[in-house]
Amino acid sequence: MRLEVEKLSVRFPTPTGVVEAVRGVSFAMGAEKLGIVGESGSGKSTLGRAILRLIAPPGEVRAERLAFDGTDLLAADRRTLRRIRGGRIAMVLQDPKFSLNPVMTVGRQIEEAVRVHGRTGRREARERALAMLEAVRIRDPARVYGAWPHELSGGMGQRAMIAIMLAAGPELLIADEPTSALDVTVQMQVLAILDDLVAERGMGLVLISHDLDLVASFCDRVLVMYAGRVVESLPAGELHQATHPYTRGLLACLPDIARPRRRLPVLERDPAWATEELP
Amino acid sequence: MTGLRAWLLAEAPRSSFQARAGRAWLAWLALRRNPLALVGLAIVACLVLVALLAPWLATHSPYDQNLEARLLPPSPAHWLGTDELGRDLYSRLVWGSRITLGIVGLVAVIVGPLGLVVGTLAGYAGGWTDAVLMRLTDVFLAFPRLILALAFVAALGPGIENAVIAIAITAWPPYARIARAETITIRGSDFIAAAVVQGASPLRIIRGHVVPLCLSSLIVRLTLDMAGIILTAAGLGFLGLGAQPPMPEWGAMISTGRQYVLDYWWVAAMPGLAIAAVSLGFNLLGDGLRDVLDPRQR
Amino acid sequence: MIRVAGLEVGFGHGRRRVHAVQNVSFTVPEGASYGLVGESGSGKTTALRAIAALVPPAAGRIEVDGRQVAARPDRAFRKKVQMVFQDPYGSLHPRHTVDRILREPCRIHGLGDIDGRIGHMLAEVGLGPAFRFRFPHQLSGGQRQRVAIARALILEPRVLLLDEPTSALDVSVQAEILNLLGDLRAARGLTFLFVSHNLAVVAQMCERVAVMMNGRVVEEADAGQLAAGALAHPYARQLLQASRGYDRELARSLVRFE
Repeated sequence: MRLEVEKLSVRFPTPTGVVEAVRGVSFAMGAEKLGIVGESGSGKSTLGRAILRLIAPPGEVRAERLAFDGTDLLAADRRTLRRIRGGRIAMVLQDPKFSLNPVMTVGRQIEEAVRVHGRTGRREARERALAMLEAVRIRDPARVYGAWPHELSGGMGQRAMIAIMLAAGPELLIADEPTSALDVTVQMQVLAILDDLVAERGMGLVLISHDLDLVASFCDRVLVMYAGRVVESLPAGELHQATHPYTRGLLACLPDIARPRRRLPVLERDPAWATEELP
Repeated sequence: MTGLRAWLLAEAPRSSFQARAGRAWLAWLALRRNPLALVGLAIVACLVLVALLAPWLATHSPYDQNLEARLLPPSPAHWLGTDELGRDLYSRLVWGSRITLGIVGLVAVIVGPLGLVVGTLAGYAGGWTDAVLMRLTDVFLAFPRLILALAFVAALGPGIENAVIAIAITAWPPYARIARAETITIRGSDFIAAAVVQGASPLRIIRGHVVPLCLSSLIVRLTLDMAGIILTAAGLGFLGLGAQPPMPEWGAMISTGRQYVLDYWWVAAMPGLAIAAVSLGFNLLGDGLRDVLDPRQR
Repeated sequence: MIRVAGLEVGFGHGRRRVHAVQNVSFTVPEGASYGLVGESGSGKTTALRAIAALVPPAAGRIEVDGRQVAARPDRAFRKKVQMVFQDPYGSLHPRHTVDRILREPCRIHGLGDIDGRIGHMLAEVGLGPAFRFRFPHQLSGGQRQRVAIARALILEPRVLLLDEPTSALDVSVQAEILNLLGDLRAARGLTFLFVSHNLAVVAQMCERVAVMMNGRVVEEADAGQLAAGALAHPYARQLLQASRGYDRELARSLVRFE
């Protein structure tokens, strides 16, 4: 599994002019946990969607190269794209309430995902669905299998969502703020599931988040986005030794339990960050 | 022009009036992008203009009979022909627009506020108030509108004022329902809680916070309903229960023209076309307004 | 300033009744900042709303400034106790300009020199006169929250109830708002009751903290204990550890508390 992105840009024409949501982002990744952090409006979610070609017109995606395991995603026709989306690349969004189909039981939705991508029979699909629910550590898979989405708590819904996404056995999972609607302890459990999947299946994971501490402690590598560009790219463990003033400013303005300060440092934005030459 | 434009679209307005004018301007810009809504607006504007300028636009008196010139087809002397009493149809239509506009205006003035008050009160108060007001609304909703209006007019006696009252009485329940539904969704929002924390009285909250948000959907609904109101008024006129002869009310005109429809089609067709055009105009305008005013789109 | 004793709040009736807040007691001295932390469903927001008299308590006693809070409190109470809400997108009326939003409380309480007050208040929360006649949709999240704070403070209250005031904001904006709140508290001698799910934010803002779980207060600690991680209740300790970032071993050892 290898995802290659070179000089990717996303533009949206609006009545007041063209908005460049993502501007020339490049990175490559294999079976690892890649974190993309930034504030709202930094283009991180748009980048995640652009990889899956989920930008609706009139928005347009341009790149010198956007390839998944050698397949050019920009040139791919609809059929190829459909086979890749949900099959080899899956996506998990922030709120399971909006991503689960409210009029279908959780089990049916997982089964559907299994069958669409695997041509399996009914019984086999059911068994795989139950196995998926077990894989995301749901204690009573049979109960959740027959449950309706509205009967599940936030954490349970997000696990079910991940189970659906994993049913097809994707090689890459793009998770856009998958845990920010969840309590910290539940968030930790959901992340542990993703962590294991990366370790055991050799899956790649793109974790899009606004939470620097979370990304620093969970991911292998981090891209910091500002104004549609990656201003810094570094191993997650070294995030606290970041050099870019934006990254440093973001880290500094986080309140710290162990060291409460009278005032928090405020991030002073330098207009040059949006335009400067990047290494 | 550019100065006014800049004033309207200013990022930082300097007065409430400027801020509100700017928002109205943006709504107008959105409406302007919808050609069908503009057609509707033009028709409605036409109706208003014709009603205002009736004395100057009409070529004849709407009441003067001329039995020599009965049932004449459209000609340069009588643009739309004459009716069975030799009255000029064009002039009657022009004067009739005042009656139509009057009915529509009166009904709107009665129905809008009534529905708004009942609906917001029921929605905001909840509990017993809600139950009583809404069951009352249901009673009115349970009857077909024209039948109920017929019953009211029959009880009050025929005449244009009674027709307006009857239509208004039968038309308000849907507005109360809409206002209540909107109020219930608004009631739970944080800005209402903030107003409560500030010590605002329920009346102040309904008037200042709930009503402005209900208003746009009511206006849309009212515009869409106008066609129905005109048709009901015409229907009552047609049945002889609304405007009384010799008033040039369009529905009543169709009713009398009906007897001659096979040989002298224009007597019934001209007022019929007028009703159709005005109904269409209100409908198109309502559709356009819905796209512009719908609060869910902001 | 605030004294809560044996507070209970429930919703619904009969078997479906949810006990959102159960036997909660705490005291906030005048000028102090007190934090309520917990996860969703812990009852922290409901307790706050009960103190603001937005939901009726089922049992217990709430006193503010030595007087019991009535089910329908008078103007004097409303002027004394104000609130800032979590979602700055939902707490400002979409059709009201900033001017109108700030004018309304002054009108309700019959304050004089409204124009002067509004100008002064906007400056105090760091918004210039250019913002005065804008609609909420023309403001960023941080600017909206500043307007919400201005609305709460224009009545010159003595108690400010804060319901997750920064959880919908970016961290850089959060820092600005927390600083602003700290400055305003110092300048006006306000008493804060601060609800949050974020332990770090509460540690930053409050001298004393109550950890809530399933409607109950399981532990009360001061800022020093929180900073040192010296918490006694296992749930509070787990919450503290979990908020320090992802930890694989910790994720496995998490316990569910019923």
